[in-house]
Amino acid sequence: MPTPDLEASNVGKVYGAHVAVDGLSFEVQRGSFFSILGPSGCGKTTLLRLIAGFLAPDRGEIRIGGQPMNGVAPNRRPVNMVFQHLALFPMMSVGENVGYGLARRGVARGEIARRVGAMLERVGLAGAQGKRVDQLSGGQKQRVAIARSLVLEPTLLLLDEPLGALDLKLREHMKIELKQLQAAFGTTFVYITHDQSEALVLSDQVAVMNAGRFEQLGTPQSLYYSPATAFVAGFVGNNNRIAGRATGVAGEAVELVTDEGLYLFARRSGPVAQGDAVEAFVRPEIMSLARNRAELGDGQPAYDGRVESLLFDGANSAVLLRESATQREFRIALPQTGRFADLKAGESVAFGFDPQQAVCFGVDRAS
Amino acid sequence: MSTDPARLHKLQTRLLWGLLLAPALFWLIGLIVLPHVELALLSLRVRVAPRVYEPSIAQYRTFFEEPLYWHTFVRTAVMSVIATALTLLLAFPIAWTIAKIARGRTRALMFVLCLIPFWVSETVRTLGWMILLRESGVLPQALAALGLTAVPLELLYHDTTILVGLVYTSLLFMVVPLIGALDTLDDSLIEAAYDLGGSGLTILRDIVIPHAAPGITAGCIVVFMLTLGNYLTPTLLGGKNSLWFTEQIYTQFITRFNWEQGAAFGFLLLVLSTAIVWLGLKLAGQKFGDVMRRT
Repeated sequence: MPTPDLEASNVGKVYGAHVAVDGLSFEVQRGSFFSILGPSGCGKTTLLRLIAGFLAPDRGEIRIGGQPMNGVAPNRRPVNMVFQHLALFPMMSVGENVGYGLARRGVARGEIARRVGAMLERVGLAGAQGKRVDQLSGGQKQRVAIARSLVLEPTLLLLDEPLGALDLKLREHMKIELKQLQAAFGTTFVYITHDQSEALVLSDQVAVMNAGRFEQLGTPQSLYYSPATAFVAGFVGNNNRIAGRATGVAGEAVELVTDEGLYLFARRSGPVAQGDAVEAFVRPEIMSLARNRAELGDGQPAYDGRVESLLFDGANSAVLLRESATQREFRIALPQTGRFADLKAGESVAFGFDPQQAVCFGVDRAS
Repeated sequence: MSTDPARLHKLQTRLLWGLLLAPALFWLIGLIVLPHVELALLSLRVRVAPRVYEPSIAQYRTFFEEPLYWHTFVRTAVMSVIATALTLLLAFPIAWTIAKIARGRTRALMFVLCLIPFWVSETVRTLGWMILLRESGVLPQALAALGLTAVPLELLYHDTTILVGLVYTSLLFMVVPLIGALDTLDDSLIEAAYDLGGSGLTILRDIVIPHAAPGITAGCIVVFMLTLGNYLTPTLLGGKNSLWFTEQIYTQFITRFNWEQGAAFGFLLLVLSTAIVWLGLKLAGQKFGDVMRRT
């Protein structure tokens, strides 16, 4: 197995009393797209700056391409970074921006021009060398920022929430472009974001970060279908979060009851004993909806509910309903066939879900 | 009949504009334009007999024929340029620290430290320098006491003394536009430049200075104008050796009552100042309008 492009061993960073990064150890393989996903303040920007070299870790070591990087200045690391607000140099033209790193390395002028031209073509901005930065659109500026870093052929490309400032349509378009660029160039990308949709779409591996620690590191699929902790289950994708008490545990199956008296069944993840406080997570799309119980069929626990409101969002439409007896709210994804397009608020429906697909975690009393 | 209210309204608007602009116009015309016209007329005549005057360019001719005036002129310009350059070199690190490195209370404190010398008048400041630097003053006595010099030296009345005084007086006028210019520089630009392989020096040259160029030019223009037209500091600190052109103007007006000559010198200084500023703007590639927006 070739040396991983990025290795972190027990990296830690503390600001006074606040632990920003808490002893992280992980590896990123060559040519992969690695995302770090987490809410604001979880320490992901600190981690990125530690990798880039703008901060020095208090303990632990970072190795890039097998070489230890402790004490190496950012302008000497084989790492380049795309900043959140892109940090394009307004006093230079697009060509000068992209060629800046090459000029600092002492590459000949003719060679710089050639490489800059080739790189701009690859990102779809052929012939834009002469333009000023303020003449470009948001998406074009993105591509110039990426071109400026990739032209130096770094071992690692770091991206600090680059799509945050773009509008929705452009963001969706750039997600696909980034994924294609990474596949085309084969450079290892390390991407940080708070948008779980970006992390899921773009990455080969995702690390979910919370309070300086990785809660889970794995493929997007494993994060989505098999979350390791309650935080991951709640953060990645939409979820119905139900708190309750475990009334029965049989192997992996758990029966739990909410405070209002609603009985649910789920699969446990981690140790759960009878009587423990638990949290169950049921994804909106695994829940089945029917006009009445007969339509639902057997094989699954069924419940009655009343529709409270409809959230129409094209193919992502959902319905908010309340379970009849306990008034517990659930969000259920509407099938994309449009079968329930005529559903109205106040209607009675039946719903259910497969307990195997719902996950439940013991609530840590200490936290 | 129907146009009367419209015309009345138009008249009212014009009157309003006139009233609003009146103080500025009065100041501009009455206190700047008219005196300059008067001085211009003065400079173009010569006294042939008591209370008898003739139009002539003799005043200007005197300037070009008499070596003293010409030398003083050039010396003033050169030393002003040097003083401006020194002020820039000193002010840049100060402005950088205040704008980029200091935070919160420290930043405000440093700015106040730059401001404090200006709470006393220029006269008192210059006299303060005299107390420090004269032969019986603090610095020469200290140097002699430490054994670095055999006897207390006379540190006043040298060219360097004048430069020290001018730079001290001009520092704030350079620091303020520089702070303004550097404040708008995004830290992430500097980090990006480091990330791409830049060093401190190349970043200064390629990113910081081009960004701060209008602020630098604005500061330099203000400082240059102030030092060129400064009367007090060069005369007090340089004494008889100062040979500052403003002193020549003063001599003509006050000591010799030769207002015609003084007026001519005044206009020559104005032309010199304008020419050097224009040359400076050309060299720096800046436009006057852009620069003035940054002061």
